[in-house]
Amino acid sequence: MKRWLPLIIFAALGGFFYIGLHLDPREVPSPFIGKPAPAFTLPVIGQPGVTFSPEQNKGKVWLLNVWAPWCVACRQEHGALMQLAQAGVPIYGLNWKDKDREAEALMARQGSPYAAVAEDLDGRVGIDYGVTGTPETFVIDKTGIIRMKHIGPINADNWQAKFEPLLKELSK
Amino acid sequence: MIPELGQFALILALLLALAQGILPIYGAHRGNATLMAVARPAAQGQFVFVAIAFGCLAYSFLTNDFTVENVARNSFSQLPLIYRFTATWGSHEGSILLWTLVLAFWTVAVTVFSRHLPEDMAARVIGVMGLVSVGFLAFILVTSSPFTRIFPAPMDGNDMNPLLQDPGMVFHPPMLYMGYVGFSVAFAFAIAALLSGRFDAAWARWSRPWTTVAWVFLTIGITAGSWWAYNELGWGGWWFWDPTENASFIPWLAGTALIHSLAATEKRGAFKGWTVLLAILAFSMSLLGTFLVRSGVLSSVHAFATDPTRGIFILGFLGVVIGGSLVLYAVRVPKMESGGSFSWFSRESMLLVNNVVVVAALGSVLLGTLYPLFMDALGMGKISVGPPYFNSVFVPLIAPAMFLAGVGPLVRWKQASLPDLAKRLRIAFFVAVASALLLPLIAGGFNWMASVGIALSLWIVFTVMIGFVERLKHEPGSKLAALRKLPRGFWGMQLGHFGLAWVVAGIALVSAYETERNVKMNVGDNVEIAGYTLTFQGVEMHDGPNYKAARGTLDVSKGGKPAFVLHPEKRIYNASGMPMTEAAINYGFSRDVYAALGEELGPNEWTVRVFHKPFIGWIWAAGIFLALGGVLAAFDRRYRIAMKKASTEPAPAKGAAVEGAKA
Repeated sequence: MKRWLPLIIFAALGGFFYIGLHLDPREVPSPFIGKPAPAFTLPVIGQPGVTFSPEQNKGKVWLLNVWAPWCVACRQEHGALMQLAQAGVPIYGLNWKDKDREAEALMARQGSPYAAVAEDLDGRVGIDYGVTGTPETFVIDKTGIIRMKHIGPINADNWQAKFEPLLKELSK
Repeated sequence: MIPELGQFALILALLLALAQGILPIYGAHRGNATLMAVARPAAQGQFVFVAIAFGCLAYSFLTNDFTVENVARNSFSQLPLIYRFTATWGSHEGSILLWTLVLAFWTVAVTVFSRHLPEDMAARVIGVMGLVSVGFLAFILVTSSPFTRIFPAPMDGNDMNPLLQDPGMVFHPPMLYMGYVGFSVAFAFAIAALLSGRFDAAWARWSRPWTTVAWVFLTIGITAGSWWAYNELGWGGWWFWDPTENASFIPWLAGTALIHSLAATEKRGAFKGWTVLLAILAFSMSLLGTFLVRSGVLSSVHAFATDPTRGIFILGFLGVVIGGSLVLYAVRVPKMESGGSFSWFSRESMLLVNNVVVVAALGSVLLGTLYPLFMDALGMGKISVGPPYFNSVFVPLIAPAMFLAGVGPLVRWKQASLPDLAKRLRIAFFVAVASALLLPLIAGGFNWMASVGIALSLWIVFTVMIGFVERLKHEPGSKLAALRKLPRGFWGMQLGHFGLAWVVAGIALVSAYETERNVKMNVGDNVEIAGYTLTFQGVEMHDGPNYKAARGTLDVSKGGKPAFVLHPEKRIYNASGMPMTEAAINYGFSRDVYAALGEELGPNEWTVRVFHKPFIGWIWAAGIFLALGGVLAAFDRRYRIAMKKASTEPAPAKGAAVEGAKA
């Protein structure tokens, strides 16, 4: 029996590794889920004098997409976001720590999927939302409660798996 | 054209690896000399084709061929030439190709230096290495080809990860891989022994120098990695217990245990089963390290490939290699006769205890590394395990091994006398304890970790000296000549243990007595640390080849006299826009002064981190000593004699194999 012990230990490890492969180590449960979206008021890019705050969206289900022009992964999800916007999903952007203020030029060039983009220049609102990197997307319901947080680019797969069922349920 | 040639070369290498893996092992089983003779040419041919593939990839990087996806993603036209070359192994695909190249290189080394082996043994060893190579080549071709083209090709690349743009990265991965992969030789010897059922002292003697050389490379690789982290990460730390670091440290511990176990098996035929298991463990941990880093199972700074298909492939491969070896072990181990008996107090028992201690320490690092994964897999939440766990579990576990490193070399084989040993070691013990008690007075503060560390360190240093004295006591004539005549194996052991003592001293002192200040500075502001005064002279913009940098100037003075100037930088890399902290360090034998720029708060106002790190340089200097000890031990005279002897007299097993072929 003793001579089989190394094999048994290894088999147990292998089992854990197999499960581990299907888990995302970056996905940390957000303590904000089920809590009201932190309030803020920030200027909207490209519309001088206009501000955006989450209360304005009370009564609708919407997405808050945290992004930045310097973020490579955000460009990956740009196409997917454009399609969603055309399909009528309300997406609001939070332009995070864009010190060089490139967002406006970039959106003019590539098109914008956003109903509005709030400018979080010093990243303080990002801190309130527990943002650890870009892109991150929050799903906020009609009463202003955060229902989901997605880390990383949105694509067709995770949209269908994670977002669509939730949005359907929340829009009821 | 060139990338396609590389792809073809890989396919040909895979076919040769298949031949190398299957035919010689089958030939050795059937006693067929013709099939066994396939091993060497197949292995050498495989190396040539893997080298061609690697050359093609390097060429694509050097010529900025952005039609190759791997180049476009990991290089950049403004990248300095040396980093365009190192970018070849900076990506997931490239690093696996480097792994394979290194494996092929080790196999060729075995084909060249195995002329003294019985033909069937050599055939099995080369065959096993061929099978490992099949796994890696298939992995590259199926999941991670570095030669995939993209269309349309981008104008320029995405740049190499700025963290990797450091001279340390030139040597670190190749050295680490030489070490990781080098354990495949000891592994192949162990599997060959299991397959043939012959576990004689010769087997341990053959494995020993290979294992030691691999261990030397791994030691250098880890030392270089730690040096890189210290210089590049900007936190002043030199070891983070990051999963990737652990992935290299765990095989190192296994290799250390294996080296010591092989010594007992070679000299006394003791604990063969345990040695075989350690040989399997060392290489398994290397493979596991590759799996952990490459699959993205554990997130860390380095895990840049998060792709489940790759992970499943490596996991399946691990299952075949490690699982298969352990099944073979379980089936064959009852046939092993245990070698010479030894009493509870003997060199053998000391080596065995040392081994158990090191493996237990290895287990604690492995557990800490995998614990977040276990918890997550069991649905018990996300946690992370940080340095406090490792410091409070690993350090007490490894401390007895330090104590034994002093005792072991002075204990006789088979049976020793405890009172006699106590008498010989009395002085070392008293000096070590007395120094530990005196240290707080000199350093101006008691810290139990520093005291215990220094005590253990001096304990080893003095026992090493006693070892030399006792060896020379009975030598007639000039002591210096006698010193030169001591076998290299003895020198290697003593230097290695001395290096260990030195690294322990460095770690203990820097951990206990380092100081750090985190301050906000305007032009003209001063900060004092450990007797040094740093004056902030502001920040200037300057352009690097592929980055823009804010370059700070800190004038450092000691006792009112200007001592040196530090230029810490904050860089923004052009292609990725990634910010990087480039620390400025003034190195010294007894201390480093380290400065890093933090955040820009306003015009010429910055947060600045400064550290005073006493004796930190010892850690890396000692790493070189450890490696040097290994080099000396690996080139001991008896291994060279064994080779010469064998090449003049035909090995008996060779004749037997030919007979078998005739029948």
